[in-house]
Amino acid sequence: MKEDEYHFTLDRREFLKLVGSGIVVFFTTGDPFALQQRRDRGYPADFNAYLRIGEDGRVSCFTGKIEMGQGIHTSLAQMLAEELDVPLDKVDMVMGDTDLCPYDGGTFGSRSTKYFGPPLRQAAAEARAILIQLASERLQVDQKNLVAKEGVIFHQQNPQKKISYAQLAQGKKIERHLEEKPPIKPYRNHTVSGRPTDRMDARQKVTGEAKFTGDIRLPGMLHAKILRPPAHGETLKSVIVSAAKEIEGVTIIQDEDMIAVLHKYPDMAEQALGLIDARFEPFRSKLDNQTIFRHLKNSAQEGDVVTEKGNVEEGKRLSAKTFDKTYYNHYVAHAPSEPHAALVNIEGNKATVWASTQSPFRAQAEVAQVLGFPQEKVRVITPFVGCGFGGKNQGYQIVEAARLAKLTGKPVQVAWSRKEEFFYDTFRPAAIIDIKSGLDGSNKIVFWEYRNYFAGDRSSQPFYDIPHFRVLSMGGRGGSVHPFGTGAWRGPGSNTNVFAMESQVDGMAEAAGMDPLEFRLHNLDDERMKRVLMAAAEKFGKSFSRAPSGKGYGLACTDYLGTYLATIAEVDVNKNNSEVRVKRVVCAQDTGEVINPEGVRMQIEGCITMGLGYCFTEEIRFSNGRILDENFDTYEIPRFSWTPQIETVLVDNPEMPPQGCGEPAITSMGAVIANAVYDAIGKRMFTLPMTPDRIKEALS
Amino acid sequence: MEKNFRFKLNGKTIDLASSPERMLLWVLRSDLELTGTKYSCGEGFCGACTVLVDNEPVLSCQFPLKEAEGKEVLTIEGLGKNGELHPLQDAFMQHNALQCGFCTPGMLLGAYALLLKNPEPSTKDIVDTMEGNLCRCGSYKRIIQAIQTAARTMRGERP
Repeated sequence: MKEDEYHFTLDRREFLKLVGSGIVVFFTTGDPFALQQRRDRGYPADFNAYLRIGEDGRVSCFTGKIEMGQGIHTSLAQMLAEELDVPLDKVDMVMGDTDLCPYDGGTFGSRSTKYFGPPLRQAAAEARAILIQLASERLQVDQKNLVAKEGVIFHQQNPQKKISYAQLAQGKKIERHLEEKPPIKPYRNHTVSGRPTDRMDARQKVTGEAKFTGDIRLPGMLHAKILRPPAHGETLKSVIVSAAKEIEGVTIIQDEDMIAVLHKYPDMAEQALGLIDARFEPFRSKLDNQTIFRHLKNSAQEGDVVTEKGNVEEGKRLSAKTFDKTYYNHYVAHAPSEPHAALVNIEGNKATVWASTQSPFRAQAEVAQVLGFPQEKVRVITPFVGCGFGGKNQGYQIVEAARLAKLTGKPVQVAWSRKEEFFYDTFRPAAIIDIKSGLDGSNKIVFWEYRNYFAGDRSSQPFYDIPHFRVLSMGGRGGSVHPFGTGAWRGPGSNTNVFAMESQVDGMAEAAGMDPLEFRLHNLDDERMKRVLMAAAEKFGKSFSRAPSGKGYGLACTDYLGTYLATIAEVDVNKNNSEVRVKRVVCAQDTGEVINPEGVRMQIEGCITMGLGYCFTEEIRFSNGRILDENFDTYEIPRFSWTPQIETVLVDNPEMPPQGCGEPAITSMGAVIANAVYDAIGKRMFTLPMTPDRIKEALS
Repeated sequence: MEKNFRFKLNGKTIDLASSPERMLLWVLRSDLELTGTKYSCGEGFCGACTVLVDNEPVLSCQFPLKEAEGKEVLTIEGLGKNGELHPLQDAFMQHNALQCGFCTPGMLLGAYALLLKNPEPSTKDIVDTMEGNLCRCGSYKRIIQAIQTAARTMRGERP
């Protein structure tokens, strides 16, 4: 590839000007997805991150990844500090700033530590090699007699002979691109990576100093509220804005399809918006929570084979018992703590954007397009993001703020209300899974035929030892089949797939006359999966019986993009009001090498807690294009009182490179709870969420 | 119609002119530029905007400015004193009782109000009192532990 084939937003030289002096090492992340995206967009493919050792001895890592609670701010810093031999508190992570950070495709899919971590280590190892080289020249000591520790290089035999990174970086302008790979440390020698480490962003967050997008204040800025249709599909018929104009200090903008009121105070803008008299063309839709599944079934396309093996028809002939079940789940909202927000400031031919986004470079491109600016004239800064879960991969608020900033000539903030958040969310798609499967006379699974209607195919590959299987996707995640926006939701596809797969497996275990653990081990060849199952069972410490045992124990396991996990839950079902109380959840996870054990445990605990929502209550209700859930009064998410006893086991596997951990543990929650409920009451729940009404219905 | 208001905010006297019906949340965040108090649901269902008024926890998104007149308001910016973190803030850090951090100020203020009244809360006391504060990241388990640790520190026991 020749460089001149590309239009570079900023080349390396320009980046260097921005970052100032010091020692800079460029590197590229190994994420094949990101590389392709970068090529497609015309960015240089030879680096997408870099680190700098500054004249003050501080080390900065510049990456387009963002921090939304998942803790990569800390785990990436640990990997860097380890390899470069600097104290962790000397590391600064500069994240999600499109001017300072090279292109990145976005932060999602539990990919940051997995794909970004290893090349970051390599770059840090290279930086250390450069520093030792420089130190050798300065100290007149052979390189092999030098050691680096806590930002200082000294003579092994004569520790008085030493020089700090800061001294070495002074007056230097050294740029290196990582080509030859110096060795990285074996995990056994790690002292920073692999150790439980407290969040580096915690102090800012407990003092209220941490800035989220909505917290940024600029002189003269206006808060905008935008007129929204009451339902998806409705269009504006007529509008009278005169009453809103009466509010002092209000600006009203009508531009094409957008009607916005702006005020220096957001609540006053909201009040003015309420005075706008708008009529909309009603929209009739037959789709609602009752009819959606029939609609989805009818919208199915011919199946694409996701994976297959053997011959399913042959497997059917070998079967002594067959099973044919259908599983459903409803639309689920991301419901991030921080609603989508953006602030755009245009000065001359340059726009600066602050946005709550998982994809700052996507936002940059969108803003550039709407303003008619070249991309390099748009800087997106990503402050702290208050939850993402896939819901902040895109956000119209950014473009809206850009348009309004251009029209008013002032900095404009657009921050969604909770109602807008529910209305414009890209929900986890409602989906249907059909599974036909069979057992032979020795209780081995001999065939597995899987039809996936719109869940998305992640985690739908069977991991049991099945000779004949076929997995079909009947139209991806559905796209326009759904009556409103849908998209990736923490563990996209997997939550639905694992719910269906591991429920089906439980049903087969019962028919086989075996307990759920015994049956799984009987049908598994994969030693890694057996290991996480045994680790979870050992921690749980109570024995399973053939379901329904009345004990309320459930089990589920999965492989989420290379992270293996097994979850066990204990529940109590109240026969009077059909409410389920989750008493205890144990999760054993093998995520390869662990960078921050404390961070991994936090993610597992968070996944388990958040996952209870889609198990029991989270279902977007809608009718005629209206989203009927508009806030947390009717859309119930987990609360303090739901919190079970949670125990996590990190299954040691340091030989394997680090895998993702932000999503895996949430994906088993539907199945593990459904299986536990079955064990308690002898009724299988085929639909998520398992509301008291649905459980009551199953019981009657 | 604007009126003059005077109240104490984090120990300092504040004089400001504003409409009496405006919610305290927006006055704090916009007029006074104290952005630690968060908007998350706007209708009193999530607790993210919790502040203390005369030591009572209130949802500032539902609390009209006029009701703050002559009272003492405490926000997250005033929880620590003289650059020192409050034991609750220390305990939240120590237990990593937060992820994205957006609900954290409301959690801390809610917990502080609880400990003012009940220095030795049981787990049930904590759960019951904090039930209205939502954390989408699911840090409840750690928040409960952090509140217990802070309570011990504030009672002068070893945490």
